[in-house]
Amino acid sequence: MKELLILDHVTMRFGGLVAVDDFVNTIYEGELAGLIGPNGAGKTTVFNVITGIYYPTSGRIIFDGIDITPLKPHQITHLGIARTFQNIRLFQDMTVLENVLISQHHVLSNPDADRILKKHGKDPKRDGNFWFWRAVLKLGYVDKEKQMKEEAMELLEKVGLIDVMNEKASALPYGEQRKLEIARALATHPKLLLLDEPAAGMNPKETEDLMEFIKRIRDEFKITVFLIEHDMKVVMGICERIIVMDYGKIIAEGTPEEIQSNPKVIEAYLGREWEYV
Amino acid sequence: MTATLVLQNIFNGIMLGGLYALIAVGYTMVYGILRLINFAHGDIMMMGIYFAFYAVALLSLPIWLAFIVAILGSALLGFLIDRVAYKPLRNAPRISALITAIGMSFFLESFAVVVFGANYKSFLKVFGEHKEILRKYILIGNARLPVLTILVISITALSLLFLFWIVYKTKIGMAMRAISSDIPTTALMGVNVDMVIGFTFALGSALAAISGIMWAMRYPNFFPYTGFMPGLKAFIAAVFGGIGSIPGAVLGGFLLGMIEILTVSLVPQVMEYKDAFAFVILIIVLLVKPSGLMGQKMIEKV
Amino acid sequence: MGMKKKLSAKANFFLTVIFVIFVIFLLHLANVYMNAYQLKILNLMAIYGIMAVSLNLINGITGIFSLGHAGFILVGAYTAALLTLTPEQKEISFIIEPIIPFLKNLHTNFFFATLAGGVLAAFAAFLVGWPVLRLAGDYLAIASLGFAEVIRILALNLRSVTNGALGLKGIPEYTNTWWAWGWLFVTVLFIGSLVNSSYGRALKAIREDRIAAEEMGINVFKHQLLSFVIGGFFAGISGSLYAHWLTTIDPRITTLGPMLTFYVLIMIVLGGLGSITGSILGAMIFAILFEWFRRFEEPFTFFGIEVPGIKGMRILIISVIFILVMIFWQRGLMGRTELTWNNLYRWIFARRGGEKS
Repeated sequence: MKELLILDHVTMRFGGLVAVDDFVNTIYEGELAGLIGPNGAGKTTVFNVITGIYYPTSGRIIFDGIDITPLKPHQITHLGIARTFQNIRLFQDMTVLENVLISQHHVLSNPDADRILKKHGKDPKRDGNFWFWRAVLKLGYVDKEKQMKEEAMELLEKVGLIDVMNEKASALPYGEQRKLEIARALATHPKLLLLDEPAAGMNPKETEDLMEFIKRIRDEFKITVFLIEHDMKVVMGICERIIVMDYGKIIAEGTPEEIQSNPKVIEAYLGREWEYV
Repeated sequence: MTATLVLQNIFNGIMLGGLYALIAVGYTMVYGILRLINFAHGDIMMMGIYFAFYAVALLSLPIWLAFIVAILGSALLGFLIDRVAYKPLRNAPRISALITAIGMSFFLESFAVVVFGANYKSFLKVFGEHKEILRKYILIGNARLPVLTILVISITALSLLFLFWIVYKTKIGMAMRAISSDIPTTALMGVNVDMVIGFTFALGSALAAISGIMWAMRYPNFFPYTGFMPGLKAFIAAVFGGIGSIPGAVLGGFLLGMIEILTVSLVPQVMEYKDAFAFVILIIVLLVKPSGLMGQKMIEKV
Repeated sequence: MGMKKKLSAKANFFLTVIFVIFVIFLLHLANVYMNAYQLKILNLMAIYGIMAVSLNLINGITGIFSLGHAGFILVGAYTAALLTLTPEQKEISFIIEPIIPFLKNLHTNFFFATLAGGVLAAFAAFLVGWPVLRLAGDYLAIASLGFAEVIRILALNLRSVTNGALGLKGIPEYTNTWWAWGWLFVTVLFIGSLVNSSYGRALKAIREDRIAAEEMGINVFKHQLLSFVIGGFFAGISGSLYAHWLTTIDPRITTLGPMLTFYVLIMIVLGGLGSITGSILGAMIFAILFEWFRRFEEPFTFFGIEVPGIKGMRILIISVIFILVMIFWQRGLMGRTELTWNNLYRWIFARRGGEKS
């Protein structure tokens, strides 16, 4: 199996606090992996380091053969990693369609990220140059905009949000907002999708739908999914491989069955106020 | 440069620094508790000067009483400004409160123009026959240490002690500290948040008035825009020292004052640009260490 | 429910063209029938409009709280004025310190002078934006104000370049209705087209949530800088038009200083932070009100009572209105929406049958 994301001895320190401690792992192409652990274990920090929000204190992150450690978030997204957030961070005042259209903007911009791709012998993602001027002067831009809209609507249809496409994001019910966030991330055409607690706040029915949804998009869009979750039903239900963190370190790794019977994992959770759904 | 000149400049720097420090403390106090840059702070200082002036000129009060009236009047003004203009925007986006503060600043300035007149007035009038006090100095070596400088330092120190006492030794001070951490929880603890915030403004404005009076004693000519530049510079000093930190504001104020005086004395050609120094410092600080000399790094939680 | 919710692109275009022709016609009528004073106010409306629309791009659409606009307007004003004044005029004006020869001999027509003003202002915006845009909201505001003040202080002291506190007098009054409204048209066309594209969406996303925008692949810093520079460019254009409207410019706080920034801020808040059409409306209302309030600075009668005029009353009233707007009517006239044909259509027709518009 191809190694898609390699976390090479990643450590993240905030002053005296070690949030992530010598994290070593590989995410393989096409898998559906999960990251679990008690609150404060450092899971979101791992995501933040991968996506470039934090620069790791030490260690490297290699994505698709490229060392993305020094890169900025927008470049990393351009290279093919997308994410959702623990607290929904939709563009509330914009419509559903606009939220998804935003994710296509990076194809017009980001010459710096394209240069990185070219340097590593990959195809640039940008669709030509001078998009700013083309956009303002509307020279050869109208078609592009139409194409972007069509792609966005196609995606919305696939995820079942096409009927609300002109509603403001803030008007959607909670479950749909979460879906929209995932759709927005998908619209960046990622190879790797990071989901940060996608099932948070959902009722059992919504959770079931979400589980199906995640499996479906992994298969249909041919992407790799790496998710953080507290809801064990989701984790054990769809993850093929699970990594367990506590106090910034990996304490266990394996299939759902292996994790469920791992004494270290049980101990880590028993000592905490942690919900078992 | 002779030792005398150096000493003289140091004294001048301490004087100016002390003035900036006092204004900066008022700024940083409000910011530390409310995360609001009260653009109107410098203008409240200006109003304090006018209050003192008219207390003597119109009401013929003795100087000490006039000062008290000015300080209390400014405190009341600060409280009212918060109550009328800032309180309604407590839950609005920060930008709105900021814009309103700017509006308040212009309001006070234009109010002063209309009601007091745009012309310069002299604070020496307040002192009348006593105005010679302002020029007294003691000789150290050959350098003159104005009595006013000693007064400024003492008042600054006293004000800080007073502030320290209030913030750390009184109940309302505890409430102020609580609010600076977490407003909703503090409200849940039964604290009347609006009152405490109003009090904070009143306190900050009182400090502004004190610094205004000191400022006018050193630079007797004042007009409605007197507070604009010192207010801006004091804010820069507060950022320099670490916004939200009172010792930082003091440090920043003194450093800014010293830098202004010393740079001009070393390189006389730049005197006309001295107002720009503060901004240059600001830009450097914000680029190199935005949290200032004594501030804490705020990490944005994602 | 077969009611059309949207006008076709063709209809939009058609209506817009008709509207533009209509406006041109009105402006022509104005030129014929208005007196010089009224015409000047009309032109000022357009100049304010450019200032407002350009600041709105930065503050309202991208969400960057910049208080440095007056600095860019100043750069544009001085650049253009120094280019349109003849060498002889410059020689005579610079009495304290002679103007540096290079500047003395530069001379060009109004169009290129205005363009140069815009370009130099854009360059200044680039220099200012580079450090300033790394800062968070409050600090950015103060830093941008600081930079604008530095520019003003430089103008005050570089006497061989700007003539210092004396300023530049006798600037030819080139700004007429067609230049002012023509440039406004260009500004709205450019910025409107920008906002109505993927780049506009990117800027709005930055306004909504910087981190999410960055994570969706938008180079936030670059886009903020872009917005800042474009806003600066048109601020410079407006500066040139302003200089050739005032005919004298100087670096005083009230003319080209923080006060001016404040006026523009009022315009965009009044019109609706984030709306281009709102900014134009806000600018026009401000121009009229501000001029109308002049009466309070002369003696006037208030319900039969003689009230002595007080200088500075205008700004006081404006400040009060501004604060009231901020407290009670934050979204301003248009909020974040535009006055488009679609919106008008919906507003007029979609009220029927209780249809959700």
